Amino acid sequence: MNLGRVIGTIWATKKYEALEHQKMQLLQPLKFNLEKDGDPIIVVDTIGAGPGEVVFYITSSEAVIPMDVDMAPVDAAIVGIVDSINIENN
Amino acid sequence: MILGRVIGTVWSTRKDEKLVGSKFLIVRQLNLDYTPKNSFVVAVDSVGAGVGEVVLFAQGSSARQTTLTKNKPVDAVIMAIVDKLDISVKDKEKEVAAE
Repeated sequence: MNLGRVIGTIWATKKYEALEHQKMQLLQPLKFNLEKDGDPIIVVDTIGAGPGEVVFYITSSEAVIPMDVDMAPVDAAIVGIVDSINIENN
Repeated sequence: MILGRVIGTVWSTRKDEKLVGSKFLIVRQLNLDYTPKNSFVVAVDSVGAGVGEVVLFAQGSSARQTTLTKNKPVDAVIMAIVDKLDISVKDKEKEVAAE
């Protein structure tokens, strides 16, 4: 999993049928110190994260698992909203 | 998934036989402000996207998770045509620069 921040939302009515009723959000990947880490991507959100919230997300074909469909062309999905991060020493 | 714009089509007669019948589109990656980036993919179209349309594409093994691309040598699939996107959390650095 990786850290990210929800920065907006995206709408697409015409999409692969398994993606019907799935919310998609714009996500800025983050490093552990919450600095930006590369370009924004689009993720499926089954958790209901709000804009600005720090989340953690999964990539690759595992991204289908949070969705209740067996097959969907999705390569990134939010799996949790972060309450706090504690880093001992790095 | 990644934002892109369909900029062309690829035709191929001699190809892996599993790809017979697939439609290949060339997609240029876009920034969220729709400015084009220098990154392109050839993706199988699963939603009937046309040239010029802004789309989303999935990559890697996720691209095989459709009835069209199941068990096929495909690692990029167009799976949505974008209506609208809204960036509600502005980029602080850009804002400062813009002032």
